[in-house]
Amino acid sequence: MSVASAAARRSAAMTVWPQLEPLLPQVSKPIQYVGGELGAVVKDWDSAAVRWALMYPDAYEVGLPNQGVQILYEVLNELPDVLAERTYAVWPDLERLMRAHGVPQFTVEAHRPVGAFDLLGVSFATELGYTNLLTALDLAGIPLLAVDRTEAHPVVLAGGHAAFNPEPIADFLDAAVLGDGEEAVLEITDIVRAWKEEGRPGGRDELLLRLARTESVYVPRFYDVDYLPDGRIRRVAPNRPDVPFRVHKRTTMDLDAWPYPKKPLVPLAETVHERYAVEIFRGCTRGCRFCQAGMITRPVRERSITTVGQMVQQGLEYSGFSEVGLLSLSSADHSEIGDICSGLAERYAGTNVSLSLPSTRVDAFNIELAQELSRNGRRTGLTFAPEGGSERIRRVINKMVSEEDLIRTVVTAYTNGWRQVKLYFMCGLPTETDEDVLQIARLAHEVIKAGREATGSKDIRCTVSIGAFVPKPHTPFQWAAMERPEVIDNRLKLLKQAINADRSLGRAIGFRYHDGEPSLIEGLLSRGDRRVGAVIRKVWENGGRFDGWSEHFSFQRWVEAAAEVLPQFGVDLDWYTVREREQTEVLPWDHLDSGLDKDWLWQDWQDALAEYEQDDCRWTPCFDCGVCPSMDTEIQVGPTGRKLLPLTPVRGLRMPATSSR
Amino acid sequence: MPVAYSQGFTPHPKISYASAAPTGVASEAEYLEIGLCEEVDPAELRIALDAALSPGLDILDAVVAGPGSLADRIDASRWRIELPGVDPAVLRHAVSAFLAAPEVPVERMTKQGRRVFDARGAVVSIDVISTTEAPSEVEGVPCAILEVVVRQVTPSVRPDDVLSGLRVVADLAPPVPPRATRLAQGTLTAQGEIVDPLEADRDGAAIGER
Repeated sequence: MSVASAAARRSAAMTVWPQLEPLLPQVSKPIQYVGGELGAVVKDWDSAAVRWALMYPDAYEVGLPNQGVQILYEVLNELPDVLAERTYAVWPDLERLMRAHGVPQFTVEAHRPVGAFDLLGVSFATELGYTNLLTALDLAGIPLLAVDRTEAHPVVLAGGHAAFNPEPIADFLDAAVLGDGEEAVLEITDIVRAWKEEGRPGGRDELLLRLARTESVYVPRFYDVDYLPDGRIRRVAPNRPDVPFRVHKRTTMDLDAWPYPKKPLVPLAETVHERYAVEIFRGCTRGCRFCQAGMITRPVRERSITTVGQMVQQGLEYSGFSEVGLLSLSSADHSEIGDICSGLAERYAGTNVSLSLPSTRVDAFNIELAQELSRNGRRTGLTFAPEGGSERIRRVINKMVSEEDLIRTVVTAYTNGWRQVKLYFMCGLPTETDEDVLQIARLAHEVIKAGREATGSKDIRCTVSIGAFVPKPHTPFQWAAMERPEVIDNRLKLLKQAINADRSLGRAIGFRYHDGEPSLIEGLLSRGDRRVGAVIRKVWENGGRFDGWSEHFSFQRWVEAAAEVLPQFGVDLDWYTVREREQTEVLPWDHLDSGLDKDWLWQDWQDALAEYEQDDCRWTPCFDCGVCPSMDTEIQVGPTGRKLLPLTPVRGLRMPATSSR
Repeated sequence: MPVAYSQGFTPHPKISYASAAPTGVASEAEYLEIGLCEEVDPAELRIALDAALSPGLDILDAVVAGPGSLADRIDASRWRIELPGVDPAVLRHAVSAFLAAPEVPVERMTKQGRRVFDARGAVVSIDVISTTEAPSEVEGVPCAILEVVVRQVTPSVRPDDVLSGLRVVADLAPPVPPRATRLAQGTLTAQGEIVDPLEADRDGAAIGER
């Protein structure tokens, strides 16, 4: 890079705050763009060797609590010569003003232009953030297409669960990372640092090649996709030597060695979660066939009770949060969950700290835990997720819970003082019929009847919440056909009628659901290939933003864009969504290795169709899903046999360790 | 901080803000009351709280609250409003028209919907300040500066309402958004001065940095 452009880059890295500030009184919730949160880190630009902008492509209120971004933010900023700042999607009101006044996409800490960073890492929890990526790139002055970028632009990198099939956004990305990010960001940082120190040999191409050679960073431009005349993929292959045929996911082993976040961000603006969240384990082998998270995060790795206790103590002390979330994909499955819950409940008894345990199973043990956590607190609501309405469909999805168990569990909750129980189901599952969905109404009626009988009270309620099934890559349902939105919407209508068919019971049952339309688009994006990128771009050009928000999402816009750009490839929206795939079809993500053996996934899909259940490998022998041997990992679970000791109560003021600013 | 919590179903920390500044303005003088469940040294409390807050949110002083509520001691604010791109002479003309009007009805969207109210009655004084120093971050354009003392009334009259009033009486339309800063709030004396609301609790002995 020449001296002149280096200077331009440096001055470009100065704050855009003077231009941004006058715009803020004109937009809604300006506090979200101000930064200054407890836990935020502002470093000197010039003394940083590698500079990361981390983005969560949704509004600040959703993005700030994101655990993944917070962890990587802290891991990176702990390195003395690395600077990491955050950026979020700006709402359309600010976007308009930024365009009118030439203000670029900025980070919230120091309000630096995103275009001046070395790397822009974007975490995709859902595919519905893709249009927001394009807005951010465009506002940052970064060319939308990766091929148009030069050394002056950041390397645009995707992570998060959606990155396990980044093909629909492949043209907009320089790279994608599959799996756990803690070690991956450090390795990428080392590569970028070395390349910059050497004077950027070979330019951007060489840097991307070095990243690709790690075999765990996917650089889409180094792979070509060929198609068959019928539109299916013929093959995906490297287009140059020394890049791997398959790119492998990263797995962070020994979570006790990575106790993040230690210094959680405490927002000044209101956000969706205001709590200290600690992952008690990562991975899940329950084997629910619809669950991408459970499939791609294997194996199970527990964090020890001792580390969980320490993290909660330090996290609360640092942040002042009064709520603790014990997160994982199935929290009651931790080998020492009983001791964790009772130990924490004991430690924080008599304080304003409340504990919550999301993602629990449907059984009586779960209620014991909930009782422990709500010792001196409220018993407002409990959530259970049977996912499927009929026993048959629960066998298809491998969610092993009998109707008897479910009713017994819910009734136990009512008799122990809970007044409100939420039941979560999915609609549109493979092989599903109207009858399977109508079983949800019968189940809800039974729950209320049994609850009234057991408590002798009419003051109990149950909310039935329905989500639409979206088939995801790297799951046994990756071959499944989606149901059409009109079929889903009709089933939900029938279900509502069935719930209200009995007026007395129906009054005690709440009903919440989502339309089938957004899910169809999520399905297009989750199993799409590179040709879908043109649809995303068209939708964005036509004004598509914040597709995860019902008030911004336009089904019509997606349908029209798909109809406009897909026919040139001989495919259409239906082809991507309601079409069942065959075993031999090359899937767009086959060259991306989640560790799962494709033959095992196919067998599990056949087992689903045969309504045959699969046990959990933590308690029964290995069933050869392929992850541990191919990734060189293993299940890491307790028990450790340790207990949490009581804390010495801290009274009075907690003074800052260093003198005040 | 050993902050006290309210009783009841959802306990909240006992913190109350007296006449908090509206969104989008700067302030050098905000006040809040915190209920504590044990006694602490106010000077140490100031340091602890300051350390936990964002850069730019500085805790200047803390006193042990005497009898009476903070809100009772705050009945007026002094604001400084910078108007980049506005000629001071034009502003002086608008201010004269504003002062001459017995009432200046202005409109604002509130949570209850669109409301019309008088912006003139609450204004105790309004002056165009002559200054030679250029205001912050504004270069190359004239910049007029207003200083306004406004009484606390309901609905509150905010700096943007005063500016709306100047538009109503004299068509004053600043080319860029003006910047308002609250300089002081407290008890209004007969002379039009604002008395620091913590003064009465300070017992003569200064605490903190002031």
